[in-house]
Amino acid sequence: MDASWLYMYMPIAGVDIFWPGLVLIGYSVGVIGGFFGMGGAWMVTPGLNILGFPMAFAIGTDIAHIAGKSMISTIRHSKFGNVDYKLGFIMVIGTMIGIECGAQLVMWLERLGQIGPVVRWVYVVFLLLIAVMVFSDYAKARQKKKAGEVAGEKGVEGFTWYKTLHKINIPPMMHFKTSGIYCSAWLPISVSFTTGVLAGFLGIGGGLLRMPALIYFIGTPTHVAVGTDLFEVMISGLYGAFTYTLKGRIELVAVFVMLTGAAIGAQIGTVATKYAKGYGIRLAFGAAVLCCMISIILKQFKYELPAAVLILSTIGIICIYIMIIMFKGAANELREKKAREAMATKA
Amino acid sequence: MQRIYHWGKNLLMGLAIMLPATAWAAGEKATNIVVVADTRRVTGILKYFSDLYNTNVVMSAVWAVVLTVAIGCFLGFIMDFIMERSGLDLHSRKIIEH
Repeated sequence: MDASWLYMYMPIAGVDIFWPGLVLIGYSVGVIGGFFGMGGAWMVTPGLNILGFPMAFAIGTDIAHIAGKSMISTIRHSKFGNVDYKLGFIMVIGTMIGIECGAQLVMWLERLGQIGPVVRWVYVVFLLLIAVMVFSDYAKARQKKKAGEVAGEKGVEGFTWYKTLHKINIPPMMHFKTSGIYCSAWLPISVSFTTGVLAGFLGIGGGLLRMPALIYFIGTPTHVAVGTDLFEVMISGLYGAFTYTLKGRIELVAVFVMLTGAAIGAQIGTVATKYAKGYGIRLAFGAAVLCCMISIILKQFKYELPAAVLILSTIGIICIYIMIIMFKGAANELREKKAREAMATKA
Repeated sequence: MQRIYHWGKNLLMGLAIMLPATAWAAGEKATNIVVVADTRRVTGILKYFSDLYNTNVVMSAVWAVVLTVAIGCFLGFIMDFIMERSGLDLHSRKIIEH
């Protein structure tokens, strides 16, 4: 049987790609990105590479796809009221300047020589810090709950560093209604600048760093952190799409094919946040970060195949976990709705 | 907080010392590669965009952004339209942390 129709020619990369694979990657990352509020470059890039894209094209194509996918997720999240646009716009300033500073830092270091391994190890350290922070926050929250501590507005919380940071009262002070916080505008600007520098330095979108930063340092509820972060990922992704096209590292055809899968996946991932508890999202996020970290360590020691297998299985498992949350939650909601309607007709 | 501050300070100082040293040690510099689209096997709109990429890369980058936004919005609204018909309440949610 002729299977050539399953392959698409990519004119810039000069390779034939199995397009259903692109749809599947788009779908999976759409689900995960919509749920965690991140672009998911660390998942897409190895996937594209396995499908046959050279690494440089995989990174560029991935960034453009992330921008489009985040747009789809942001549209859905904003309807839930999960996007704090005011906070998002303020953070975009810090993020953009930060990314540029980070990129300049990399270029400066690159002029000195090859810095790839250094960047990877810095990345590993930060991923480890994030994972430790997420898990110890959960452990602390549980401990407090067991000790019978009175729950605040957001329930019992583990780390409340944001409360200390909210005490900084350098004007202008701002009220972010959607997030329900009042703080100095310099707090989100400096947090986004710092995460931006790191993102630029590490060559990533930054969702992986910004999502926990929004929760722990700015104090946004988990769901709003997810939505607001996606809004930012969308803007930085579009900027990335522009610069990577200039560098000739984007295969636009692949981006659009992936977006068809992402359109469905992003809806599932985003709607699943409605049925998930904040700490559930945080824990799954911590597990994803941990797998990402292990895969980078494996790559560092040239275990390319186990690294790819680990990433692909992580994608698969998390994707199934999110789909279960979504379909179970949706089925319950529809059942309850039906029961309410039946009661109303009886009455 | 104090402990984290000291830890972070030490980490940053360590990185500041280590990074340039490691970079110097590594040697080899990156080279720029010019990539040209192969227009021999594509037709129609793909050929148009491949040609555009080869002749005017800035315009091609602008198109990349415009098309990504357009397709993202289009697919977002289409899926939104379909999801609205599922019977689920997609306009409100409770924030439950635990």
